[in-house]
Amino acid sequence: MSANVLFDAPGPKARVRNIIYSVIGTAALLGGILWVVLRLSDQGEFDAELWDIFNYTGIQQNILDALIATLKVFALAGVFSLVFAVVLCVARLSVHKPVRWVAVAFIDLFRSIPLLITIFALWVGLFGSMTPFWALVIGLTIYNGCVQAEVLRAGINAVPKGQMEAAYALGLRKTQVMASVLFPQAIRSMLPTIISQLVVTLKDTSLGFMVLYPELLHSARLIANNTPVNGVYPFVQTVTVFGAIYIGLCLLLSSLATWLEKRGRRTKTGIAVAAAAEPAETPGVLDPSAPLGPSTEAETTAALPGVSPSDEVDKKD
Amino acid sequence: MDVLLDNLSLFREGFFGTLKLTGASAIVAVVVGVIIAGFRVSPVPPLRIFGTLWVTLLRNTPLTLLFLVAFFIVPKVFFPDLDSFLLATLACGFYTSAFVAEAVRSGINTVPLGQAEAARAIGFTFTQTMRLIVLPQATRTVVPPLSSIFIALTKNTAIAGAFDNVELFNVSKTLSNDGYDIAMIFLWITLAYLIITYAINGLFRLMEHRLEVAR
Repeated sequence: MSANVLFDAPGPKARVRNIIYSVIGTAALLGGILWVVLRLSDQGEFDAELWDIFNYTGIQQNILDALIATLKVFALAGVFSLVFAVVLCVARLSVHKPVRWVAVAFIDLFRSIPLLITIFALWVGLFGSMTPFWALVIGLTIYNGCVQAEVLRAGINAVPKGQMEAAYALGLRKTQVMASVLFPQAIRSMLPTIISQLVVTLKDTSLGFMVLYPELLHSARLIANNTPVNGVYPFVQTVTVFGAIYIGLCLLLSSLATWLEKRGRRTKTGIAVAAAAEPAETPGVLDPSAPLGPSTEAETTAALPGVSPSDEVDKKD
Repeated sequence: MDVLLDNLSLFREGFFGTLKLTGASAIVAVVVGVIIAGFRVSPVPPLRIFGTLWVTLLRNTPLTLLFLVAFFIVPKVFFPDLDSFLLATLACGFYTSAFVAEAVRSGINTVPLGQAEAARAIGFTFTQTMRLIVLPQATRTVVPPLSSIFIALTKNTAIAGAFDNVELFNVSKTLSNDGYDIAMIFLWITLAYLIITYAINGLFRLMEHRLEVAR
């Protein structure tokens, strides 16, 4: 790969121009940030007393409780959704038509309803009364289970057909073929996508805000409402702190997905590893002709070199 | 059945509320997304860094958090009493723009190498190459993921209902408070969302079909 294909290696003039653009761009950006900060500090949002609330042990305990509440929902919903996904995926690939139809209908239905509405309906009492906690966990499980089922199916479709045929030829039964040949390879190749969807699950735990479950964002609002400092409600402060915690958690998990994708590219199993991106949302099921799975390899090899915004620019011919 | 017939005007308002929010946020998302994608492949390093930061941050932020920022922090930075529709559009639009930018960038990646090289060979600048050669061809590969992104956006606008916007989630909340059976409300709201998502799906299928050119 030589220099970037979208633009020539900069000559002396272009280099000067790029430096000017760089300076202007950086200045504009910093200026914008500075303006926001100044506006906020004009209104006294950076007064020490407003930020001092995070030194109270009560507030610290609240943050910890909220974090645990979020992680508890995430852990349960994550595990349940994966188990549910395996069940749905097996049903979706069943040889019995009625079972397949039910699975397709279920998956399509719950993928096209906003998760918030599912959670709200569960909370208000679609199946009798439910605590916010279970409404949230079950809602997340249903929605993410459906998405993960489709991801697994794409993974199973990406396993070369010969694998299944060989397994049947050896005399393995359907369950054995699924459990010992197809699923392990599907999960291995789809792991980055599965984890990316787990990031979505983690992000969606914030919907607990709407059903009054005391997760991070809801606690942020409660704290802001209950701790007025000199008559000012510290919304900016709590949203900043709790938001940073949320983003940090999500970044951690999604960098794990990216790392797995990069690592997977090096292996020589013959099955391309999937991209660390959220799976598609189109109803009517992910199209097996354009699977999420092996597309990354095709994409990276056919890509314009140098479009990846990294090292190419500085090298000139 | 009564739920729908008794509250037809409310349902209609909610349905169009969702459509309006989705449409407005989609426009914001596409405009910002294309610009950010341009930043990410541009020859100017700070712009590239900014683009990468924008995408990474927004993709790892829960939309609810963006709504909190929009409704509690943005009014303090600009001025109070901003319209709740405008704020919701900004939150949804900016959130979705990160996904649009990623789709556009991978679309740019699929344009054959020779195209950009030929453009450079006849002396096009970066902006000309992008505007006249690369982006028009990238459109073709960007359309299918865009449909998926807009369907996700439609569903995400439900969160706006919890922040003073009249749309389908808001309607279901109001009706449930009025004491109607949640199962029936759920049914009709679901139907409304199915109509919207399948309409988007169909529209993009059509577009894909029209853009299909033998290469």
